[in-house]
Amino acid sequence: MFSFCTDPASLEGVKWLSCYLTTVKHMSMYYAVGTVLLLLSITAPTALAFGFAGASAARSQIAPLRWIGKTYIALVRGIPDIAFFLFFVIALDQAFEYIRHRIKCPDWEEPVRQGNDFIVCTAAKLPLGNAPQWVHETYGFMLAVLTFAIVFGAFAANVLFGAMRAVPKGQLETAEAYGMSRRQTFWRVLVPQMWVFALPGLSNLWMVLIKATPLLFLLGVEDIVYWARELGGAKQPQFTEYPHPDWRMWYFAALLVFYLCFTKVSEFALDRIMAKLTHGQATAAGEAQRKAAA
Amino acid sequence: MKNLYLTTAALAVAGSMAFADAHSVVRLGTEGAYPPYNFLNDDGEVDGFEREVGDELCARAELTCEWVTNEWDSIIPNLVSGNYDVIIAGMSITDERDEVIDFSEAYTQPDPSAYLALSADVDLAGGVVAAQTGTIQAAFVASTGATLLEFATPDETVAAVKAGEADAVLADKSFLQPIADSDGEVMLLDQEELIGGGVGLGVRESDGELRDALSAAIASMKADGSLNVLIEKWGVGATF
Repeated sequence: MFSFCTDPASLEGVKWLSCYLTTVKHMSMYYAVGTVLLLLSITAPTALAFGFAGASAARSQIAPLRWIGKTYIALVRGIPDIAFFLFFVIALDQAFEYIRHRIKCPDWEEPVRQGNDFIVCTAAKLPLGNAPQWVHETYGFMLAVLTFAIVFGAFAANVLFGAMRAVPKGQLETAEAYGMSRRQTFWRVLVPQMWVFALPGLSNLWMVLIKATPLLFLLGVEDIVYWARELGGAKQPQFTEYPHPDWRMWYFAALLVFYLCFTKVSEFALDRIMAKLTHGQATAAGEAQRKAAA
Repeated sequence: MKNLYLTTAALAVAGSMAFADAHSVVRLGTEGAYPPYNFLNDDGEVDGFEREVGDELCARAELTCEWVTNEWDSIIPNLVSGNYDVIIAGMSITDERDEVIDFSEAYTQPDPSAYLALSADVDLAGGVVAAQTGTIQAAFVASTGATLLEFATPDETVAAVKAGEADAVLADKSFLQPIADSDGEVMLLDQEELIGGGVGLGVRESDGELRDALSAAIASMKADGSLNVLIEKWGVGATF
């Protein structure tokens, strides 16, 4: 990075550190921060959408839809995260490949499962075997987003399901009395009012989601915790220009600061959202807000 | 009869074309945390003994190769489900693994496993010995009287010894030697264990042609001595 970094062994102190912290390998770690933030920013709305769909399904009038919603919530909430991340992603990947295999190679005769191997025709591979590395990485990233969204969606569904029930019955009955249809009542009265009940639960989920990102490495996406462990481990002079003893403590301390700052910012933002949602609501906090303003 | 020859020839050509088609890019999966076999260098690229061997094998077998890293824990499941085509991660050939995947010819001699400890008078028979999960060393420690302490990465096993959590760590000698050399706190014990049958490339059982191509390349590297040069350069056990 810097011009004086050509011979790290001769450097000392701050100069050495500035070279050390700007190696290409360290850049990968800074890049991973971006990966994690990107993952969160895509996963959170997707999980919320899954949750909304799940909750709506679970309180549906149509029985099969209700069963699907309830099963989804119960099943995903009940399975340990780590089992889900280890098993489900490989299964999901294979399911995609199997479907493509049936469509693209209808006259393939060999079985897809041969002993331990899972073999689909070349055209059905996802991504294609000869695709460049970034395609593989993006695909892995998308699988990660989908898996996170399904897992956190189930929790969000439960939160939203509860929130929908917490909206005072009088509000819904009034809507009905005004002649609104079920659909109108749902979208115009129930949904705008439920968020204030859902937010405490959802904010919990958001905090858990922030801290769950190290699970990414199980999916082959290199996140900040992976890099902290990799960079912090003791390095012998044979294998690097910057040998050092076990520095994982310092790397993890940096992660600690990062995560604490991140949660602090999140809390601040969530408080603002909560204040906004409370405005004009028939809750104790909404009432307090009204009185304070008056 | 002539027709039969033609058909056979055509089938052979089609077969090798299918092979070339399926393996227009061969993805090599490694751990990237086990120097000198494989590690990430300052540029964040896979480096080490296996990087050089792998690149040379691909050149000799006329394959286009790409390196990917994968955690050791899930390195076999991801191979059989097709996320990459070859495991090149200092993986010793064992019967247990051979049931799940296939191995090429070995490209290192069996490397003795050594113990790294803080002092020479460690009780190996009744103490706590650290090893990486899913390695031949972990299986070996489990079969002795010592208490096995498993870790997901090689690095953590060494850290456990330095932190006093484990009395010793059992790993490939070529991995522990550089650590003992550069770190005055720890030392290699005299006792060594001869386990494992050399390191080979792991491929899917259904991928016979790829395995044969790689084995042939390894044999040619053994024959002209270029493999020995790399073994000596990186210090991964005895030469062939």
